[in-house]
Amino acid sequence: MKKFIPLLVLLLGTLYLGSKLLPQRSTSEFNLAGFGDLPVLVNGRMKPMDTVARNSLLLFQGRQSVSTAAGVKTTHNAWLLDVFFNSPVADSYRVFEIVHPDVLALFELKAEDGDGKKRFSYSDLTKKIPELEKQIKLARPIESALRTPFQRAVVQLYGALVQYQQLKHTLSPPTSDDYLAEVLRFQKLIPEGVAAVRAKQANQPHDEAIAKTMIEFGQRYLFMSEVTSYLAIPPPNNVADDTAWVTTGASLLGAFQRGSVDSSVLAYAGLGHAWRLNQPEQFNKIIELYSAQINPRFGERIQKADAEARFNAAEPFYASMTLYVFAFLLAIFSWLKWPEVLGRSAFFLTGLAWIATTAGIAVRMWLEGRPPVTNLYSSALFVGWGSVGLCLLLEAIYKNAVGSVTAGLIGFATLLVAHHLSLAGDTLEMMRAVLDSNFWLATHVVIVTIGYSATYLAGALAMVYIVRGLFTRSLDASTADSINRMVYGILCFATLFSFAGTVLGGIWADQSWGRFWGWDPKENGALIIVLWNALILHARWGGLVKARGLMALAVFGNVVTSWSWFGTNMLGVGLHSYGFTDSGFMALSTFIVSQLAFIALAVVPLSKWRSFSATQTGNAVTPSVPAAPPRAPARS
Amino acid sequence: MSDVARQFRDFFVSLKLTIVLLALSIVLVFVATLDQVNLGIWAVQQKYFHSLFVLWNVGDVPVPVFPGGYLIGGFLLTNLICAQVYRFKLSAKKSGIWLTHVGFITLLVGELITGLWQEEFALRLDEGQTRNYAESYRFNELAISDTTDPNFDDVVVIPEKFVAKGEPIQHPKLPFRVVPKVYYPNAALAQRDASSPTAPVTPATTGIGLQALASPLKMTYKQDERNAPAAYVELIGPEGTVGTWLTSADPRFPPQRFDYGGRSWKIAFRFERNYKPYSLTLLDFSHDRYPGTEIPKNFSSRIKLNTPDGVDDREVLIYMNNPLRYAGLTFYQAGFENDDKTTILQVVRNPSWTMPYIACTLMTLGLIIQFGIHLFAFIGRRRRVAPVAV
Repeated sequence: MKKFIPLLVLLLGTLYLGSKLLPQRSTSEFNLAGFGDLPVLVNGRMKPMDTVARNSLLLFQGRQSVSTAAGVKTTHNAWLLDVFFNSPVADSYRVFEIVHPDVLALFELKAEDGDGKKRFSYSDLTKKIPELEKQIKLARPIESALRTPFQRAVVQLYGALVQYQQLKHTLSPPTSDDYLAEVLRFQKLIPEGVAAVRAKQANQPHDEAIAKTMIEFGQRYLFMSEVTSYLAIPPPNNVADDTAWVTTGASLLGAFQRGSVDSSVLAYAGLGHAWRLNQPEQFNKIIELYSAQINPRFGERIQKADAEARFNAAEPFYASMTLYVFAFLLAIFSWLKWPEVLGRSAFFLTGLAWIATTAGIAVRMWLEGRPPVTNLYSSALFVGWGSVGLCLLLEAIYKNAVGSVTAGLIGFATLLVAHHLSLAGDTLEMMRAVLDSNFWLATHVVIVTIGYSATYLAGALAMVYIVRGLFTRSLDASTADSINRMVYGILCFATLFSFAGTVLGGIWADQSWGRFWGWDPKENGALIIVLWNALILHARWGGLVKARGLMALAVFGNVVTSWSWFGTNMLGVGLHSYGFTDSGFMALSTFIVSQLAFIALAVVPLSKWRSFSATQTGNAVTPSVPAAPPRAPARS
Repeated sequence: MSDVARQFRDFFVSLKLTIVLLALSIVLVFVATLDQVNLGIWAVQQKYFHSLFVLWNVGDVPVPVFPGGYLIGGFLLTNLICAQVYRFKLSAKKSGIWLTHVGFITLLVGELITGLWQEEFALRLDEGQTRNYAESYRFNELAISDTTDPNFDDVVVIPEKFVAKGEPIQHPKLPFRVVPKVYYPNAALAQRDASSPTAPVTPATTGIGLQALASPLKMTYKQDERNAPAAYVELIGPEGTVGTWLTSADPRFPPQRFDYGGRSWKIAFRFERNYKPYSLTLLDFSHDRYPGTEIPKNFSSRIKLNTPDGVDDREVLIYMNNPLRYAGLTFYQAGFENDDKTTILQVVRNPSWTMPYIACTLMTLGLIIQFGIHLFAFIGRRRRVAPVAV
């Protein structure tokens, strides 16, 4: 009976993943998923509305879930529809996160009044926006690395509010009570209106009232087109350039010349009308017609947008995170009871989670048409993927659940990091010119990231060794020996990949900028990883460290890698500078301190290690036990 | 072998020395990276890597506080060569280590050569403009030209460091001595109302210096800024002073003309120039952006390359990741300005640019062999153990 448990676990895990792929049943009568698939061109990339909604919410409040002012849970797409078409309601959603006490004071708000003690609505903020603008003028000229936490919070909030304004002006003017009627009136007025304005300009007799209305329309739409950068209106069929999307405002302005309002603008106006008046049938019909209208021309990209919306809904990385937690727990328990059964179950779950991340990364690659790592976010995904892949290999060889425990640990941690990085905005953004080289992205970036994966893995294995050896009696001689071998093997792998990756980076730099090595912070970070790994290997070959020393050094590898991965970007200098964030800095510092604590544990005298204490002396432990305390950690 | 010699040898072949040096280099690279925030990349390289010792100023006295890049690199090189010669016999089993170490030696030597001889210049071209020189990113020069002959200029250039010294300079081609009187490594320029009685005192007696005033600025080390030094320079002929000019390397500050001894002259402080035996003309610069954004997608310069002897006369396209390599120099697309009408090319001379390629191939190969040997030994061992365990 017991031997079926692993298969059962595998089945449950598969069912869980499968359930994520099913289309979510919507309680709404509106075809919100259909709306979520509609494309819009932002930052040079065609995205589904679904992604716009999710990314905006992440940027505003660090999460995708949203509730109405009354506290009723709703969906991101419904929220976005309100932002597009129903400003007064949209302004009442509490979606702007403010935690800095001074920023709260600036708006005369109290944390207790916010949703979850930190989220506020746009209406809560309107009164004091001039005050915020004053502060932003003070904060802007200061370099981002030198800003105070208050200034950073101000800049962050201001950015969120600007994006909110952009969204509000994307499909209709937010001040319009009945936008559909407005557009239809405008449409009808165009022929005589344009004539009247022309006559007015030429000082000919004209209908002053019509000319005035027309000019007001013009100013209104000009403002709309200037506020937003979301290009929601596809080029008309007689325009050959597929990328010539425009804002709704610009398209309306174009109507002065064309003589008629673009059909996409009308479709969105109708959609907004149906949404405001709560007419799901009409809403769904318009979605259907509009999709059919743009499909022939943008079919392939709409398919991608559709796939992206589904990918968003399936949340493969979130699902993997859950699975990693279970795999980790099962593997830990396998050391206490039923090592075979639970170990195998953990192995299966890890494999499943890894397959889900692989699929997620593959979909992202397909969507972008790029190698796996293109920005910091995707590097976090890939570091986790690489480490867990190696863990699976180790587990397949050693079958002692050490691989599964480490896989759960690293898999979960890297996905958590990725989640926090995703808060910064679109994770599928376009590549800047200098990075626009699939060849180098596929070689240098991928290989150096695998180097990170392996260095972290060695560190994580070392942590398992230290905790098990020091606090439990479960680290028997053979397990200790096998972890020792794993760490050594992985370190060799890490040295090779971080070296080769760094070198390829140098060659890319030579190709792009004419110098192989420029002492750029990111380059230096990579170099330090290589040097550190080389140092560990030489120390081991020279017999200067034994098992415990090796573990301490490997844990410090985590510090070195984290600094290289994130710390260098926070300096605000060099070619890989992505800006400084307080939360990022805090997270990095905390992590480094925690790693130093592990190193301190590793140098606790061996007699205090429960696995190696007096009761177990005389066993075959000796080969992996250092005679003298390791030296190198003291120097690090 | 004497005791001292043995100790000496043991010191240089020891693995402990390797580890200490590796640890020192990690610290050096780490601190240097942090210091880039204050000093910028170029000054950091001079202070930490292209030096024997890292110096800190205690008061005004520079005190060596840490071994610099050349010292650590030199010791590493010695350590490696000694260990290689003394400890490792050339055998198939050690071939991985050999390759890795030989590659590393090549890398260190290459980096030394680069540090000593690499040069970088910027070449700024407007559309349609032709130039046969590039300008230094950091260095400036005082140029005094005899422009009497309409067919050519006879130019004497004085590098900035001599201007900084402030000592009189006598050159056989100049009928006057050049005496730098005031020198600011970075300076701001301001209007001076010469007619006003309260106008600030200026050392200048002629030229633009009567209407403009230079005042010292803090030096900048930012990557996207450069220092604009200014100097008040007096020219003294056999009959006494010719005048004192204000000169500035600020690109907005024009060269100044004057007549002396029956000849026409021009004086200018300018970015140091590097003349080439050929000329480049910018035919077209293009800059693509992603639709609806300012994110650059690609930039490229179409250039016409000419040599006076007519050997080369062709068009080349320089764009991201695709430089032009010509006459020992490499031209990279580095930037643009002036509403996409001006291209900035980076011109680099690096005589040792092939060495890292060789070094890295050797090292990567070496590591693969070395770790491959370990891996196969490990697999072999497990194969032998496995049947017993079953």
